Amino acid sequence: MIPGSFAYHRPSSVQEAVALLADLGTEARALAGGHSLIPMMKLRLAAPDNLVDLAGIKELKSIRADGGDIVIGAMTTQHEVLASDLLTQKIPILRETALQIADPQVRYAGTLGGNVANGDPGNDMPAVMLCLGAAYQVTGKSGERRIAAREFYQGAYFTALEPGEILTAIRIRVPATGHGYGYEKLKRKIGDYATAAAAVVLTMTGGTVASCSIGLTNVAETPLWAEAAANILVGSSLNAATVKRAVAAAEAITAPATDSRGPAIYRTKMAGVMLARALAHARSRAS
Amino acid sequence: MAKIQIAMTVNGEAVEALAEPRTLLIHFLREQLNLTGPHIGCDTSHCGACTVDLDGKSMKSCTVFAVQASGAEIRTIEGMAAADGTLHALQEGFREMHGLQCGFCTPGMIVRAYRLLQENPNPTETEIRFGIAGNLCRCTGYQNIVKAIQYAAAKLNGVPLQEAAE
Ligand SMILES: Cc1cc2nc3c(=O)[nH]c(=O)nc-3n(C[C@H](O)[C@H](O)[C@H](O)COP(=O)(O)OP(=O)(O)OC[C@H]3O[C@@H](n4cnc5c(N)ncnc54)[C@H](O)[C@@H]3O)c2cc1C
Ligand code: FES
Ligand code: FES
Repeated sequence: MIPGSFAYHRPSSVQEAVALLADLGTEARALAGGHSLIPMMKLRLAAPDNLVDLAGIKELKSIRADGGDIVIGAMTTQHEVLASDLLTQKIPILRETALQIADPQVRYAGTLGGNVANGDPGNDMPAVMLCLGAAYQVTGKSGERRIAAREFYQGAYFTALEPGEILTAIRIRVPATGHGYGYEKLKRKIGDYATAAAAVVLTMTGGTVASCSIGLTNVAETPLWAEAAANILVGSSLNAATVKRAVAAAEAITAPATDSRGPAIYRTKMAGVMLARALAHARSRAS
Repeated sequence: MAKIQIAMTVNGEAVEALAEPRTLLIHFLREQLNLTGPHIGCDTSHCGACTVDLDGKSMKSCTVFAVQASGAEIRTIEGMAAADGTLHALQEGFREMHGLQCGFCTPGMIVRAYRLLQENPNPTETEIRFGIAGNLCRCTGYQNIVKAIQYAAAKLNGVPLQEAAE
């Protein structure tokens, strides 16, 4: 399969990339790891006339602590997430999630920025970002702004990113020491997108849930932040009856498609099962 | 779209050729450089038959544009054996342990396993299976591929593997 023709650009700074995207018009696209975009171009589902490769921009590749936040450059690959001691120590759910994305080859290429900017509800990192309350730093011709991940996703492949803007970094507030976490993903085989998946971050005090946040993957046109479900759990001991009510609240906000991964009702139920497992896992890890 | 000059190092040799920006690395290697070791299996980024080593990373070359690899160091299956023809430990392992049947997946398997052993010279069986999860084999059932990689790891570590192929 041969993609359509395009002109290739390789800027070396964010400013240059943004200027190029503005000049080249709406059919120009940023290219990161290419492992969502190139398959789409081979199928001619995408046919950009210009590709602006972000690989030459050094400032987009870094993982650093900034006060109570960690800032991850958009071009950081899943493989680099796995290799980062800082992330493994401070935000271990990122490692747990990255390990469940695709396969080794794809993880060497695919970037965190591409994964969250893509807008495909099948991507795993967006729900985790909703769960963590991350913010996306974006730069366009008219300057920089910050968008809350929870306000970023508007529909399948439809995000708050304006034409010509690029995502430069993801900013995450480090969860409290001793927090519990879990990313549970049901997939048909290794390397598959989720039939349904759930991300949980919680803290416990004296046997009850002090705080809880939940994200759901691939059970709607966008990743979902299950706020009501999480609120049900706060103050509880995660006893079976309360978990059951929270699972029902989470299932209620799903609207999955019936596709090769199963009928809609099955995928909704699997979102509930993944959530119950992620909660149990998170609880066992919380201290 | 006009062709552009693309230069990279492949199996230790500097190469240069003209290609369109949309030329995929797998086509560049196979058609421009006549390196037909990397195979096209699925053409949809799933099977790993097209895997090459690119700047120290295992890459599905059907999912990379040649132009993205400008200036990169690439190794394909053709670059695994020594100049005098001595097989790499992995190639020897695949032969000794019957790690292949039709052989279609083998170039990708070996090149991927090469990087896996660079990163983890002493992998467990589970780590090997997880590490080659991006490479599909329709013939062997993987058992002897895992053994072949264990054979190579043992040989490279100087402790020959005792187990036999299945
Ligand atoms: C076989 C296979 C299995 C996969 N399985 C999974 C899986 O299980 N889970 C999962 O989450 N993903 C999966 N993926 C997708 C993979 O993780 C992609 O790498 C990822 O979705 C996109 O990241 P990328 O860096 O490759 O982005 P690209 O493909 O380069 O870009 C994707 C889109 O985002 C835009 N974009 C990228 N970076 C930026 C930026 N910095 N600013 C603005 N726009 C940007 C591009 O213009 C494009 O529209 C799989 C891919 C393959 C090939
Ligand atoms: S041909 Fe590239 S992954 Fe199958
Ligand atoms: S040996 Fe035939 S596909 Fe692996």
